[in-house]
Amino acid sequence: MATSTTAPDADQREPRAGSPARKPVRRPRGPRRSLLPYLLLAPAIVLELAIHVIPMVVGVWMSLLELTQFHIRDWSTAPFIGLENYRATLDLNSAAGKELLHSFWVTLAYSLLSVGFAWLLGISAAVVLQRPFRGRAILRALFLTPYALPVYAAVITWSFLLQRDTGLVNHVLVDQLGLMNDRPFWLIGDNSFWSLLVVSVWRNWPFAFLCLMAGLQNVPGELYEAAAIDGAGFWRRLRSVTLPMLRPVNLVLLLVLFLWTFNDFNTPFVLFGGSAPEQADLISIHIYRSSFKTWDFGSGSAMSVALLLFLLVVSAAYLLITNRRRDDHA
Amino acid sequence: MSRRHLGIFTAAVLAAASLTACGGSGDDSAASPKTLTYWASNQGASLEADKTILQPELDKFEKQTGIKVTVEVVPWSDLLNRLLAAAASGKGPDVVNIGNTWSASLQATGALVEFDDAALQAVGGKDRIVPAALAAAGAPGKPPAAVPLYSMAYSLYYNKKSFADAGITAPPTTWEQLAEYGKKLSTGGKWGLAIEGANPSENAHHAFTFSQQYGGEWFDSAGKPTFDTPQNVSAIKRYIDFMAADKITNPSNAEYAQNQSVSDFANGKAAMLLWQSAGSNLKTQNMPADAYGVAPVPFLASPPAGGKKVNSMVAGINMAVFKHTKNKDGALSFVKFMTSDEEQTILNKTYGSLPAVKTAASDPAFTAPEQKTIQETLVTTAAPLPQVPEESTFETLVGTAMKELFADAASGKPVTEESVKAKLTDAQQKMR
Repeated sequence: MATSTTAPDADQREPRAGSPARKPVRRPRGPRRSLLPYLLLAPAIVLELAIHVIPMVVGVWMSLLELTQFHIRDWSTAPFIGLENYRATLDLNSAAGKELLHSFWVTLAYSLLSVGFAWLLGISAAVVLQRPFRGRAILRALFLTPYALPVYAAVITWSFLLQRDTGLVNHVLVDQLGLMNDRPFWLIGDNSFWSLLVVSVWRNWPFAFLCLMAGLQNVPGELYEAAAIDGAGFWRRLRSVTLPMLRPVNLVLLLVLFLWTFNDFNTPFVLFGGSAPEQADLISIHIYRSSFKTWDFGSGSAMSVALLLFLLVVSAAYLLITNRRRDDHA
Repeated sequence: MSRRHLGIFTAAVLAAASLTACGGSGDDSAASPKTLTYWASNQGASLEADKTILQPELDKFEKQTGIKVTVEVVPWSDLLNRLLAAAASGKGPDVVNIGNTWSASLQATGALVEFDDAALQAVGGKDRIVPAALAAAGAPGKPPAAVPLYSMAYSLYYNKKSFADAGITAPPTTWEQLAEYGKKLSTGGKWGLAIEGANPSENAHHAFTFSQQYGGEWFDSAGKPTFDTPQNVSAIKRYIDFMAADKITNPSNAEYAQNQSVSDFANGKAAMLLWQSAGSNLKTQNMPADAYGVAPVPFLASPPAGGKKVNSMVAGINMAVFKHTKNKDGALSFVKFMTSDEEQTILNKTYGSLPAVKTAASDPAFTAPEQKTIQETLVTTAAPLPQVPEESTFETLVGTAMKELFADAASGKPVTEESVKAKLTDAQQKMR
């Protein structure tokens, strides 16, 4: 059932390519025509090169150098040490390697939990707000606020809320509700991981909500009617109509959310300052600390490249698996 | 809108976007011989306050030389990174303030103008400068990488009323006394000692002093790190124990990194504070100068063999000139201006620090109790932090290890010789 109805939105390239309506509009190709597309593309390509490709290549080059403060001014003097940086940072018997691995697990747990909760909140809110009712627009706008707020302002507010002595969280939990006798720490120790997770979910779920809400607009009402006639209840409709219809949206949404959270720098940086507690030592912060605070840009780059490779493998595997499944269905 | 219009419009938007992207990467360094760019460190109560303090002096300099100085006050949390970026890119300001402990680290980048005898002569002469301050301006045996601007040292600030209420008549002179007094003072929601526990730099400064008193060193004579020696372990444990064992420091201080410890002292929440030139900061927080006393930082009652009589680092701010400046003469004359007797008196008086030139130090402005204590410490019992290229890395690694130990202490985990040693060993392994 699902596959037969996904045609209108599942693959957007198809209808456009085969659209017969456009043919008469096409004008004969002149030199001006053929130049325009490239002109239009040029700024994007230049920017893409300048912002993504070149820095990435430079990063890979840096990871092969012993680039410390002695050589930072003139890179040509930095000794080429091949894979030594990788050996040093990925050596799991050394202190640096162990910390990187620890940081990797923390980041993985953080990303999976954060994406999971953000998606769960997003789908719940999107489903609840699917049918029109009074005040729906207000609720929608309200739900989107965390996403609209500037990261720094929002996360600094959280860090104030979470302070042990003067924070609102402890004021409510300890002073007003009396749930705990001791004032717990939220920004250091074991709790710091959960604080970071809460802030991250709070920041990310509106995006999931937005995407899923848009995806739900495309689910034809007849499907629900048909399901209702077949006697399907709320959960059955959710499982057999809503979720399958949202599959294309979910595919992209989960991947994007995962990559964003895995690379998240702003949230931990603003929440904890330059050095995060061990329990919340996300990999981006870890790399920042390794390169900027200890002025060892070579090994910082080596970690970044290793991270890039990992994310590439994860993304490729994810796309491969999900694509194959889609093919199987079709 | 027709398709053609749409195409042109899109192209225009993209072109504009690419232009704005390019516009951001300007060259800060002044091209004209009549201008200079200056990054000042944050010495006053706020960045704005610093601008207000410095602007009249810069105007004076412009009147004298015709050189216009554009100042930007950079917060401490960003300063080292921005200096590093400027050193790496060869772009940025002409003249900068640097924390004097970074001198050797930044010197190693080779981006700073060397103050050899000729350059020192150009800014007023080597003999004018306080020797201890000059010793903290670069690696030994090399021409200094900077010129001392403001001098400071750690002192013990104590709340007179809290001391009187607890029946304590004189400030502590040993750490044992400090712990004992601290216990008397830690009652009724108030605490004995305030500590900036999550600030790696502050932690590292104390690591240095305590290590000296226990006879330790952070680097050996060859410049190799010696972080986890028994002396250093005892030193760090002594400092963390104010929270972990003596319990004279509020566990919350393990979170402090934005000078909250100074606020706690100013508000009477803590009775003692170890800080450099806290006076001007306390004043802005409405703590009058007669409400607190200033004493030298304590020593160990019975120092172990090899223990040194050091109770502060030679703290201070140096002024450096980037080699990439297109106006070196102007930059040097600006350094000369800022280190002149007149400017030294005006600026140090405002900031509560001490002049780095001998001739200005005798000014009556620097005979207040706070300045006298700082002066005495600097002359007799202060030592410069190790002037090695890895100094800034030491501050980060050891300071962060201490931050984690404070977090352990705050959450009730035991802090033992072993746990301290493990942290220091880890930190040392991260040095290359």
